Amino acid sequence: MSDKKKELKPNTYKFDTLSLHAGYQPHKNAGSRQVPIYQTTSYLFDDVDHAAALFNLERGGHIYSRISNPTVGVLEERVASLEGGTAALATSSGMSAIFLTVMTLCEAGDHLVVSSQLYGGTVNLFRLTLPKFGIKCTFVKPRDTEGFKKAIQKNTKGIFGELVGNPGNEIMNMPEIAKIAHDAGIPLMVDATYQTPYLCKPFDHGADIVIHSLTKWMAGHGSSMAGILVEGGKFDWMQNDKFPSMTKPYEGYHGLSFAEEFGPTAFTMKARAEGMRDFGPCLSPQNAWNVLQGIETLSVRMKKHCSNAEEMVKYLSNHDSVAWVSHPSVPDHPDHQLAKKLLPNGRGSMIAFGIKGGKDAGVAFINNVKLASHLANVGDTRTLVIHPASGTHSQMDEATLKFAGLSHDMIRLSVGIEDIDDIKNDFEIGFRAARKPRLVSNQ
Amino acid sequence: MKFKVNGHEVFASTGGRPFDKKKPLIIFVHGSGLTHMTWVLQTRYFAFHGYNALAVDLPGHGLSGGESLKSIEEMADWVSDVVDAVGHKEASLVGHSQGCLVTVECTSRYPDKIKTLSLMGGAGAIPMNPELLSLAENNDPKAVDLMMDWAHGPAGHFGGHPVPGLYHINTGTMLAKSRTIQNTLGVDFRACDNYKNGFEAAKKIKCPTLSILATDDKMCPVKEGKKLASLIDGSQIDIIDNCGHMMLLEEADRVLTVLKKFITTNYPPLSS
Repeated sequence: MSDKKKELKPNTYKFDTLSLHAGYQPHKNAGSRQVPIYQTTSYLFDDVDHAAALFNLERGGHIYSRISNPTVGVLEERVASLEGGTAALATSSGMSAIFLTVMTLCEAGDHLVVSSQLYGGTVNLFRLTLPKFGIKCTFVKPRDTEGFKKAIQKNTKGIFGELVGNPGNEIMNMPEIAKIAHDAGIPLMVDATYQTPYLCKPFDHGADIVIHSLTKWMAGHGSSMAGILVEGGKFDWMQNDKFPSMTKPYEGYHGLSFAEEFGPTAFTMKARAEGMRDFGPCLSPQNAWNVLQGIETLSVRMKKHCSNAEEMVKYLSNHDSVAWVSHPSVPDHPDHQLAKKLLPNGRGSMIAFGIKGGKDAGVAFINNVKLASHLANVGDTRTLVIHPASGTHSQMDEATLKFAGLSHDMIRLSVGIEDIDDIKNDFEIGFRAARKPRLVSNQ
Repeated sequence: MKFKVNGHEVFASTGGRPFDKKKPLIIFVHGSGLTHMTWVLQTRYFAFHGYNALAVDLPGHGLSGGESLKSIEEMADWVSDVVDAVGHKEASLVGHSQGCLVTVECTSRYPDKIKTLSLMGGAGAIPMNPELLSLAENNDPKAVDLMMDWAHGPAGHFGGHPVPGLYHINTGTMLAKSRTIQNTLGVDFRACDNYKNGFEAAKKIKCPTLSILATDDKMCPVKEGKKLASLIDGSQIDIIDNCGHMMLLEEADRVLTVLKKFITTNYPPLSS
């Protein structure tokens, strides 16, 4: 036997265990092993004093399911635990999580610096909708790290981007952009939907708020819409006078200062107390439960998604019908080294590739694959394909498409967890169809 | 609110209500390396129900200025100075963990000033694990990770925060890392380790006293809390099952219910 003294080590639960258990204690829920679905709008008060205490944030608890719900609460805690965050707030979709984040942070007259390579719906929110609320944005290409610094103005309240841009797979240099944000006294908000906390924990690289469309890999089965914002808890809202709604007494809660009172959870508390009260994009308990089922197998699925994606990258890179392939695992991808640092557990399952023959070939390919589903989603267990220029990003004009790094020959592929040979065989059918118009025209 | 004690700025949360000299004063004293924010699920209630609830940040902690005080005795005198600084002649004290050592010592030193004493996760002495103490004094974040592991019971490890969406361990970790670890946790742990007067101080306490203990508390086990309580005349004990050292958050509602009954009975609020 060794006399060596045992080193002290914390025994807090690790990722796979938290995926299954975090946020829930069966013995407090009639011993139900599965998380119960609290399908209710509202909750009994013990007495008038108890009701007042809940409304004044004197006690924790639930009042009305627009603000919070026990099933949704389990999901929120689970995602917060997996991300390494202090708190989380689930919403009805990823877009509502982004909107709620911006509206919690900003007021009319404020400005944001935003990555140009985003999901089309997000681009439209920042470009067209937020200006209607008096919030303006400057777009910067994700690889233009210095550009983020130059775009910051006196009234800039934050930087926002997708860690890996949709659909071109350009990666933001998160640690450097976080430093730029923090030097300016503003938070970095990162949409990490493509990564999930299994592939990347943005808080470890300087992000302050992480946003997910839970609809995608986290839920994973293409069944339910959901979104979430997660707070890292490190950002000091009181370091400057840029965030009066976080630091000054808030009339809506008897002069409460969220930053003073709630510190590392202040942003989430404000987003819930004000944003869910006033905008109300609440998540249904049934959808929260569906997402929880997905999260239970997150690491298992993500491993398979990533291994299938790397197989597809090899297959596409060597295919005669493919002009180019973009995926961070490709050695000549401009962000390959950065991806190795930020995504150590895998580079994700989103691939963009250019099909020879341009738009017509792309349309033929999409119309002829049988196994891959043509639809406007990503992160399903099933393989999905879309032609962004005519689908997800179709509301953009030519100039905006170009600025967002999109081309007419681009196909966006979300690799599923089917047998890899079946996916390849299906693509062969698509490629054969895509070649036909060109073969005809060459005759 | 901010005020000065011994020339240094002090921050204390008032539970979301303006400070009003006419109302009786309750001072909440946090544990090692932590801040006023640990009391958020108790202070707001008292602040809205006829009290001045002051959750202080000890010097060098949270939003307070100055340097961390190096002994429990200094902290005890400092708490008494806080009572004076806010213009009160008396107060009710509530302490958690190290805050129990501080409030026990303070109550024994200033018996005329302290009207009730509430102890959460308290003991007469808190000797530190030497390796944990060394990690904290050397600014190693592992000290915080270990403390968060040991300080939380099932609610902390599995979750189920009383405030929807909050995750216990990560929130506690951020609080403990909000200032330089060696200057807060390191100094506090050393102060706890050095303090030997807890049991003697307890014998001098004559005011109504409440001890809230938890069955899964690894930092200050129930038997240590009972030992301390047994030395205080008429001390009440409430034991929470299936809960760890951070009972003020893990079982916030239960703690508030017990605390509310004890304080309102023994130190009534200003009636509206």
